Amino acid sequence: MKKAVRVMGLIALAVLTVAACKTMETATTLVTAIGVGSGVISSSQGESIQRSAVAISRSVESFTPEQEYFIGRSVGAVVLSKYTAYANTQVNQYINMLGQTLAKSSDLPEVFGGYHFLVLESDDINAFATPGGHIFITRGLIRCCRTEDALAAVLAHEIGHVQLRHGMQAIEKARVTEALTVLAQEGLKTYGSREVAQLTRAFSGAISDIASNMINNGYSRSFEYQADQAALVILQRIGYNPSGLIDMLAGMEQKLKPGGLDFAKTHPAPRDRIAEIQKPDLTFTSVAPPKIRQERFIKAGSQL
Amino acid sequence: MRRMRFIFAGFSLMAVLALPIAADTQKTLSVQIREGQIRATPSFLGKMVAKVAYGDRVDMLEDRDAWKRVSIPGGKLQGWMHTSALTTKRIVLKAGQADVKTGATRDELALAGKGFNEQVEAAFKKENKNLDYTWINRMEGFKVSPEQMQDFLASGNLVPRAEGGTP
Repeated sequence: MKKAVRVMGLIALAVLTVAACKTMETATTLVTAIGVGSGVISSSQGESIQRSAVAISRSVESFTPEQEYFIGRSVGAVVLSKYTAYANTQVNQYINMLGQTLAKSSDLPEVFGGYHFLVLESDDINAFATPGGHIFITRGLIRCCRTEDALAAVLAHEIGHVQLRHGMQAIEKARVTEALTVLAQEGLKTYGSREVAQLTRAFSGAISDIASNMINNGYSRSFEYQADQAALVILQRIGYNPSGLIDMLAGMEQKLKPGGLDFAKTHPAPRDRIAEIQKPDLTFTSVAPPKIRQERFIKAGSQL
Repeated sequence: MRRMRFIFAGFSLMAVLALPIAADTQKTLSVQIREGQIRATPSFLGKMVAKVAYGDRVDMLEDRDAWKRVSIPGGKLQGWMHTSALTTKRIVLKAGQADVKTGATRDELALAGKGFNEQVEAAFKKENKNLDYTWINRMEGFKVSPEQMQDFLASGNLVPRAEGGTP
């Protein structure tokens, strides 16, 4: 009996300790708020008390979706400095209808400014996704797709990169630290020119980190395989045939030119991606898509 | 018997201390996207009940996987939002706003428009005059409504099997 009481006491102590840790931050906040409210301490004093009470988390998760959106806009502008937008309303409308519907079935259906898709006027076989959900696909890559299910697979793969935050992970740690340090220092006041300069330096670095990974060097093989897995999930959730991904990769295998600066350089070989997909006990059967779906795909493709 | 009473008292104390923390932490959420939509059913194909803006606060009534049933404080409207549109942080739209003074830690607070923002983008553009944002702005204007999505699915003979999951 005595033993039981001792054990109970220990459990109670453990629970109390955990509870105390959790409430400490809240308690500091409350006390500070009361202090500020009653005029005992000034608001700026209150801020510094709070700042010191909380350790800064220096990971990419610390960036809000709003900041990812701004990073995405500028990464997108870099893509558009290398490729020209394909100004065809019908094709872009179709690609957005398809892409935005797919995005809603991803694990990250909501990004700050929403997902948006744009076709690029190029015969390269290429596609890009920014952390903000701006997704680009070349005419050359669309031509690798013989069905809407295959095209859906390309877009779903790009959505996978956004969902898995692959772009954000390409940012060097030092830049993340710099940006977050400015944010922490600055607290709740507006920025002065020095802080804007510091933030812009970190921002500029982040854009070039992401762009060089995405456009020039490519992500790691494992990121590409992860994006393929995400694509398979998205395709299945929405009702597309997941074999669309394999069909697309087979089409790409035939069209990729060795030595090209597009997917030939930045992505694992399509046959390796196919092998990786088929590794698990999954069998995909290639079935012709319904006639009505194939017709709208052909119609949209005729605009290319 | 006295020992039993002691154990019981210990349990009660634990219950009192532990429960409110678990219940309180997630109750009120903030909209972390520019334009949030509250839907009648936990689905993107569900009818839109209301629109909410960045920083708006909603009360969570029910938590079902990746979807939360929420209500707008002080209003009778309620419906479903996907978890990726929401954050447990309080979002403050402007420095100096009343909310700021209620005091919150950095972990609980996200200041809208801070960090990488329009001001930083403008400074970046100045240094990179070769970059053109015309098509970025244009593509952000490509919008697809829930009705259009529904039509797209139906006319493509597509039958969704599941909604998006938890990030």
